[in-house]
Amino acid sequence: MLIDWFTVIAQVINFLVLVWLLKRYLYRPILNAIDTREKRIADELTDAAAKQAEAQQQHEEFLQKNSEFKQQHSARMEKLAEEVKTQRARLLETVTEESEALRQKWQVALKNEQLSVQQSLTQYVKDEVFAISRQVLNDLSDSQLEARMCAIFIQRLHALNEQETINLQASMHGSELPMIVRTAFELAEQNRHNVAAALNDIVGEEIEIQFITAAALVSGIEVNCHGQKIVWSIDNYLVSLKKGLNDILTEQTTVNTNTKTAENQAAEGQKVEGQKVEGQRVDGQRVDGQRVNDQGEKLVKTNQIKKDKIANDQINKEQNHDLSI
Amino acid sequence: MRLSPDQIIFWQMGFFKLNATIVFTWLIILALVLASILVTRKLSANIQSTNTPTNNRKFESTQRSRWQNLLEVIVISINIQIKEVGLSQPQKYLSFLGTLFLFIALSALATIIPGFSPPTGSLSTTAALALCVLVAVPMFGIQEKGLAGYLFTYAQPTIIMLPFNIISEVSRTLALAVRLFGNMMSGAMIIAILLTITPLLFPIVMTLLGLLTGIVQAYIFFILATVYIAAATRQRVSATPIEKETAINK
Repeated sequence: MLIDWFTVIAQVINFLVLVWLLKRYLYRPILNAIDTREKRIADELTDAAAKQAEAQQQHEEFLQKNSEFKQQHSARMEKLAEEVKTQRARLLETVTEESEALRQKWQVALKNEQLSVQQSLTQYVKDEVFAISRQVLNDLSDSQLEARMCAIFIQRLHALNEQETINLQASMHGSELPMIVRTAFELAEQNRHNVAAALNDIVGEEIEIQFITAAALVSGIEVNCHGQKIVWSIDNYLVSLKKGLNDILTEQTTVNTNTKTAENQAAEGQKVEGQKVEGQRVDGQRVDGQRVNDQGEKLVKTNQIKKDKIANDQINKEQNHDLSI
Repeated sequence: MRLSPDQIIFWQMGFFKLNATIVFTWLIILALVLASILVTRKLSANIQSTNTPTNNRKFESTQRSRWQNLLEVIVISINIQIKEVGLSQPQKYLSFLGTLFLFIALSALATIIPGFSPPTGSLSTTAALALCVLVAVPMFGIQEKGLAGYLFTYAQPTIIMLPFNIISEVSRTLALAVRLFGNMMSGAMIIAILLTITPLLFPIVMTLLGLLTGIVQAYIFFILATVYIAAATRQRVSATPIEKETAINK
């Protein structure tokens, strides 16, 4: 008999025991280990995927930041370039202003110098004119001229207004001193008579008249009467002319100063400067010419008006120039 | 001539006896359990194995051993085989079927040790294993489908097939036992006979052939048991024509 039933039973038990033992010591631990490992692999894969996603995100963030940085960089560079440009323009402007101020200062100094030269020249010309006039009149003074002078003087006496006549009459009343008539030359008898008649006529009574010769008068007649003085002489004209010229000089200086101020205010263009100086020079020459020719207060006033007009024109012209620039 | 190790009896007391089959079985059991305990004592769930070179010393102490890898390969292979046959939850049947395979395979492989006679060369052992399968198949079937559901499978496809099904059940158990016994016994027998004729070279070749035969038989036994269990636990035995067609197409 090939089958031994005890052995069969024993083997069945043996086999079942083996099944239990292997389940306990082999399959379960091995399967657990495999499961744990698979879980860990899955976890690590998930983790890796998450990390990869994070890395991708960081990469994208980095790229974005990089691009932003580049943009900021370029924007900043542009801004910097703009600032440099502005700064350069400002510095240039400052330098231009400084140079402009220096140039204006220099121009003012130049003009002052020019003015000073003009003034001394004018003074010299004036003195010469006076000297020549005086000399010429001295040379021309003779009896005929004296006669003519007397005639004019008598005309003046008659042309005295009422107040002056009263003053003259009042000064002669109650006075014992004689009325003094001074002339540059010895008057002819006829002339003396005419002058005395005219004076008597004005005063209204016979007065004592003393005739004195005074060369300083150049050519003319002067009546002195207790503080009252009636004069007609060429020297008087000359003194009046001198006064007029002095007035012109004073006015000229004021006008120059005003013109300079206007120029400073208007001076912003560079090319205009040369024209301004030229205009000023022309103005000065024109004033000089007028100075020689003017002989009365009317002329002085006319001249003043003209100068004002010229100055205004010049300022207008400069302003127009600025506008056009 | 000795056909079975049952005949070598070391100790006997009435019905109880201690023959070579039981002793060698114990040895096999001891070897299997010892190896399992030794290997699974320090299991590692780490991904890194000792074969994989690593610079990270942190994991060195918890690296998987070669033996663990070997056992894992064996267990996973068995698992895959069970699954391929058609059991969707192989872990449930792994203990029983895997132990069948390992026991038979190790018994066959142990024949290479001189003086060892495989316990599977005894009809008592193979009968015991076949009886285990005979009991296990309805057990798993009932567990899966319930008693009525399982018993109903005997009447499939018609009630007429009931006796044939029962005969089939018995006969296939008998076939399991005898097939394994015959192969194992014949292998040992052939070697013994050949040793008397050509003592030098031929027995070695036959021993190698015997090893191969033993593994094949282990596989056959294991696969057949798996198929029986799969057949018993399958939810619907009869398939609709459409399902059949789909199966053919697949």
